[in-house]
Amino acid sequence: MHGQTAHELHTLLATRKISSVELTEAALARIDKVENRVQAYVTVTKEEAFRQARSADERIKKNEALNPLTGIPIAIKDNMCTRGVLTTCSSKILANYLPPYDATVVSRIKEAGAVIIGKTNMDEFAMGSSTENSGMHPTHNPWDLKTVPGGSSGGSAAAVAADEAILATGSDTGGSIRQPASFCGVVGFKPTYGRVSRYGLVAFASSLDQIGPLTKDVTDTALLMNVIAGHDPKDSTSVDLPVPDYRNALVDNVKNMKVGIIKELMSKGMDKEVKASVQSALKKLEGLGANISEVPMPSFEYAVATYYLIAPAEASSNLARYDAVKYGRRDKDAKDLLSMYYNTRREGFGSEVKRRIMLGTYALSAGYYDAYYLKALKVRTLIKRDLEKAFKKCDVLVSPTAPTTAFRIGEKTADPLSMYLSDIATIPVNLAGLPAISIPCGSSRGLPVGLQIIGQAFDEETVLRAAFTYEQNTHWHKQKPPL
Amino acid sequence: MKIDVEHVARLARLGLSPEEKKLFEQQLSAILEYADILKELDTEGVPPTSHAIPMKNVLREDQVVPCQNADEIIANAPEEEARMFRVPKIME
Repeated sequence: MHGQTAHELHTLLATRKISSVELTEAALARIDKVENRVQAYVTVTKEEAFRQARSADERIKKNEALNPLTGIPIAIKDNMCTRGVLTTCSSKILANYLPPYDATVVSRIKEAGAVIIGKTNMDEFAMGSSTENSGMHPTHNPWDLKTVPGGSSGGSAAAVAADEAILATGSDTGGSIRQPASFCGVVGFKPTYGRVSRYGLVAFASSLDQIGPLTKDVTDTALLMNVIAGHDPKDSTSVDLPVPDYRNALVDNVKNMKVGIIKELMSKGMDKEVKASVQSALKKLEGLGANISEVPMPSFEYAVATYYLIAPAEASSNLARYDAVKYGRRDKDAKDLLSMYYNTRREGFGSEVKRRIMLGTYALSAGYYDAYYLKALKVRTLIKRDLEKAFKKCDVLVSPTAPTTAFRIGEKTADPLSMYLSDIATIPVNLAGLPAISIPCGSSRGLPVGLQIIGQAFDEETVLRAAFTYEQNTHWHKQKPPL
Repeated sequence: MKIDVEHVARLARLGLSPEEKKLFEQQLSAILEYADILKELDTEGVPPTSHAIPMKNVLREDQVVPCQNADEIIANAPEEEARMFRVPKIME
């Protein structure tokens, strides 16, 4: 049961062949069986899950207001507030934080009747590309336990890949949904900035953060999007636009779709086998009637540098709130206010978080603001323009999601810059605020390869249609890790 | 490039161990050196983008609504006294 997709399970639930309680038991049994090896979760919410499952079964019995996700076990990334349930951001500074409210995505998921089975591990405050920066424990890639699951939503991606959850939420600031989806062989979707409310998402870089689904196939992504997308008065950056029924985008047809392959992301620095997988995916799309052309993105070379000035700058400001006053950890031995700040933040934050606070503070500080932060904001404009120009000729753009498949645990931790460069293909999309998906498109030495499909702002549907068509005509999404 | 790590840490109210100071000095220099590639680009007359999607101020009338979760908020206090957040002395 736990190996199936939400839409398959919905049919079984709606026809009462299985109950949500049985399904939740199966998912929790799977967690018991593999979690000591994968370590995808920070918190498993067993009792809460059974309570929600029983209420879902009631709803199904009465046949009232069924959502396709009613009764389906879902995992929530641990940076989304869940009322009364630990929300740690995988940080020691929030190790005991019990939110007094639900994030908007969480309340929408609850209203749909889905069953929250736990909170997933992540790089601390979503800063990282491997989940090794978790202040709790590292997560292991179910395809090869010696490799990383990607990050920062590594726990969510690993949980879905290992069938420890039917689907999950993630957040994506520079690739944090798509890159782990690519490494773990699942589907990961970052919607357009503003499409999904960030209310109750612990802020990292507010102009870039966006919540989205991690699922076993594109159909499940559409189902979860239907639940979480839409305007929210509690998030002033959420956009007040009508939300389509994303199921209508699940059409097996890319005839005459104009697909641009990003030249700069198919050249140097890309693993040969990753490139080959993406090339055969393009052939496949071409065979299905798409028109493929190559598009140049000269500014992409500068995207990583741009991102690693803007994101830390926003983070240094956002993370000023961890001042030990109203919630979170406090160094109780501090004799005065200033040492309370210094000591609490020294003990509570991990190394990568401190590095980024330092980098961001420096980029914003007097004398360096123009040279670093403002310059980066201007280059951001150039990157956005390059993408806009490409979309005058293309319906979607494609690239590998990541330059390589999953790397080994410990391989990049000593050199932050080499870790940062693994986000090269995903970062430009956040800088421009566009929607993009990663879907499984191949395998290299037993590890999954991801294909990234990028769309225009608020045109999630074309992205989903391209991804769905590819998926319907290939088998990669059906592969399971040898756990 | 040499970065005054102690000054930046002070601005961020961030305590660092001596090892971290040494490590960050070297790592931040390497990252900023890499970021210097941005100088290759002519951005004369290019407007900065702080948000990719057009943003506008969202205003509404203030409304008084009852607080439903005051106990839960207070329960998160690192130190509490009489339903108030207790902090170290700020003024002499």
